[in-house]
Amino acid sequence: MIDPSAASVVPTTDPSTYLPAQPISGDLTDQMLQTDFWTDDLVAAAGIPIVDVPFVTVGGGIGSFVTVDYLRIAGVPTSQMRVLSTLDFPWQTYEYLTRVSQVPRPERIRSDSASRPDNIWGFPSYGFAEGMKKFDLKVLWGLFSEPIFSDYYTPKAGNVFEQLERESKRIGYDEMLVKGLVRIVRRRYGGGYFTILTPPEGASATKRVAFRSQYVHIAVGYPGLKFLPELQKYRTENNDYRHIVNAYEAHEHVYERLVQTPSTVLVRGGGIVASRILQRLMDDREKHGAQTNIVHLFRTYINGTNDGYGNEGDPRPGGGKTRITMRRRGGNGWAYQGFNYPKSVWGGQLKAQVRKLDGEQRAELYKRMGGTNTPWRKSWQRQMNQGRAEGWYHCVVGTVDSMEPSGERILNQVRTAQGVVPVEVDFVIDCTGLEADIAEHRLLKDLLEHGGASRNPVGRLNVDRNFELIGTQSGGGAVYASGATTLGGYFPGVDTFLGLQVAAQEIYGDLQKRGFCKRIGPVRSTGQWWKWLAGSAP
Amino acid sequence: MLPTLNGRIQTRIFMLVVFGGLITLALTPILPGDPDYKTTYLILAAVLVLGIVWELIYHVIQQFRWEKDWPTMFGLITALNEGALVWLLVDLGAVPGIDGDTVPFWAFFIDFSVIWIVVWIWTNGPMRVPFIRWRFFGGRIV
Ligand SMILES: Cc1cc2nc3c(=O)[nH]c(=O)nc-3n(C[C@H](O)[C@H](O)[C@H](O)COP(=O)(O)OP(=O)(O)OC[C@H]3O[C@@H](n4cnc5c(N)ncnc54)[C@H](O)[C@@H]3O)c2cc1C
Repeated sequence: MIDPSAASVVPTTDPSTYLPAQPISGDLTDQMLQTDFWTDDLVAAAGIPIVDVPFVTVGGGIGSFVTVDYLRIAGVPTSQMRVLSTLDFPWQTYEYLTRVSQVPRPERIRSDSASRPDNIWGFPSYGFAEGMKKFDLKVLWGLFSEPIFSDYYTPKAGNVFEQLERESKRIGYDEMLVKGLVRIVRRRYGGGYFTILTPPEGASATKRVAFRSQYVHIAVGYPGLKFLPELQKYRTENNDYRHIVNAYEAHEHVYERLVQTPSTVLVRGGGIVASRILQRLMDDREKHGAQTNIVHLFRTYINGTNDGYGNEGDPRPGGGKTRITMRRRGGNGWAYQGFNYPKSVWGGQLKAQVRKLDGEQRAELYKRMGGTNTPWRKSWQRQMNQGRAEGWYHCVVGTVDSMEPSGERILNQVRTAQGVVPVEVDFVIDCTGLEADIAEHRLLKDLLEHGGASRNPVGRLNVDRNFELIGTQSGGGAVYASGATTLGGYFPGVDTFLGLQVAAQEIYGDLQKRGFCKRIGPVRSTGQWWKWLAGSAP
Repeated sequence: MLPTLNGRIQTRIFMLVVFGGLITLALTPILPGDPDYKTTYLILAAVLVLGIVWELIYHVIQQFRWEKDWPTMFGLITALNEGALVWLLVDLGAVPGIDGDTVPFWAFFIDFSVIWIVVWIWTNGPMRVPFIRWRFFGGRIV
C-alpha cells in the first residue's frame, strides 16, 4: 500500500512503486502480458481468482466518485459496481495536493459555487447554502454581483470535504471500494474486460485478483507530475532535496526556515499555484514577521490584455493582436482569469463550440483559451502591491541557463532579454506544475499498447463525446475515461470537479442507452434530489 | 448562467410559457384596475416576442466577455430595459389587440415584476433539479 501523504510529488503512479512480479501463484504470466484478448481459461490457468461485477471504476479519486454517484442516482445498486483504488476516501489525493500547495481546509479552492462533486445538480450551490445557513448577506451579495463587483465565490476546502463525506455515506461508497493498485486492463475474448488488481499485501490469498466486467471506467488523475529538468538535475547531482522543492510536495520546512532566518526565495511559474505560494510567503511576512525576499521568475510576462498565445502586440504564431471578442485581462506578469478556462467551457458557448471541432481547429481554440493564468483576488493583489512598493518582491523574466551551489545558497544564471544575470537564492519553489506524459502511467501505457487506445491532438487519451475511450470496445462492453488524462478532447474542462461531472453525465447517458441504469428524467431527478436533501439513500 | 444563443431562446420560451402563463393566470383577477385575461396574455406574448429579439442583443454583448458567460446580475437588471420597452409600446398602443389607454400601469408593473423575479430565481438554481442536462448544454431544453 502506498500512503499518499508519505510520497513526494504524486503518489502511486510511479512504476517503481508497483510490486515486482514474483513467481507465486495467481500472478500474471508472460503469455498473458503478450496477449491482447484474454480468454477466461487463460486467466484461470494463471491461478488468478475472477470476480464478476458489471462495472468497475479505476482510481477512486474525485472522478470515480462523481461517476458512481451518478450511477447510484440512476438506480444502480452498490453490488453492481466496484471502485478499485489505493485511497481510503475519494478526496484523499486532492486534499494532499491542495494542502501542500497552500490550500488547507479553511482556505478557499478555485472552482465556483455550483461545482459540487457531492451533488449532481449543483443546487443548492455551495455559496447559496453558506449564505442561507448564516444568512450572510456578504456572501449572498457576492454571488449576486460576481464577477462584476466581487471576485467569484469559491468554497472552502474543508466544506467540500465534509460534504463529500456525507454523500459518500449516503450512496454507500465504502461498500463498493476495493483497495489495491490496478496493474492492467485487457479486453476479454467474448466481450467485456479483465481488470487486474494487486491487493495490499495479506489482503488476498493470491498476488492478483481479476475483475471481469462489461464496463470499465478509468479515472487515475495525473499520470505524474514533473519537475523542471534543470531543477531535477540540480537535485540529483547535489543530492539536495531541501532547498529545491516542488509546490506539490510537502515543503513546510521551507516556511519554517524563512520565519527564523531572513532569506531569499526564487518562485518559478505564473499560475494559481505560484500565486498561492506567494500568498503564503507574504502571509508569513505579515503575521509571523518573516523577512523573506522574493524573486519571481516568469517565463512569459503578461502585461495587458492577452490570450493563450501571449500578450497584445507579441509576434505570435497563432496571429497578431488579440481579438476584441477573445481576450482576457492581465498585468504585472500574470494573466487573470477566474477558473482554469473561460467559464463557458463548462456548459455554455465554448463548450458547444469545442464539441464540434476536430484536429487542428480544436487544438487552436484550446491554445487560445489556455495558457497559464490565475484569479485576480483582492487581498492577494494588495499584498503584491505592497511587496513591489517595499522592494521585497522582484520579478525577473526569462529562463534558467544553469544552477550551481554557492556555499549554502544556489546560484542561478537567468537568461533574460537583457542578457544573462546571476540570481543567488536560498530556496527555489517550483510552481510550474508540469504534467508527465500519459505513457508514464503503467496502466495507460498498456492500454495504448495492448488495449486499442490512442492519443488525441494534444497527446492524451482519445475519448469520444461520451467519454468512451476510442478503439477499446470489446463486444458489448466499453471503457470510459475522465479527468486530466483526457485533456484535449471534445470537452476542455475535464480536469475539474464540474468537468468530471460533465463526463459522468455523458457516461451515465451512454450506459443508460445500453440498459445498465435507469434514465434520470425530470421525475426521477426531482425525487432523487429530495432524497439527497434529506440525506437518505438513493 | 452559461447560455448559448439557442439555449437562451429555449429557456426564455419555456420560462415565460410555464411561469409567465401560470402567474398571469393567478394574478390577473386580483391586479389593480381589473385588466382582462386577453390584455394580460397579449402583454405576456409581447414580452416573449420582444424577449427573443433581446436575447439576440444579449448574445452579441456576451461575445465581448472573455468568459462567454452571462452574470447572474445581468439576468435581473435586464428587467429594466425589457420592462420599459414593453410598457412604452403598450402605452403607445403599439401592441396589437390592446388599447393603450385601458391598461393600468400598476397592473402591468406587478404582473411583469412577479414573473421576472420568479423566472430569475428559478433559472439560477431550481431549474437544474428536474433537468440535469440543461446547465451543461447552454440552457437548451430539447
Ligand atoms: C492543487 C490542485 C488544486 C485543484 N483545485 C481544483 C479546484 O479548486 N476545483 C476543481 O474543480 N478542480 C481542481 N483541481 C483539479 C481536479 O479537480 C482535481 O485534481 C481532482 O482531484 C481530479 O480528480 P481525479 O479523479 O481525476 O484524480 P484524483 O482525485 O487524483 O484521483 C485519481 C486517483 O487514482 C489513483 N490511481 C492512479 N493509478 C492507479 C492505479 N493503477 N490503480 C489504482 N489507483 C490508481 C491515484 O492514487 C489517485 O488518487 C485541482 C488540482 C490540483 C492539483
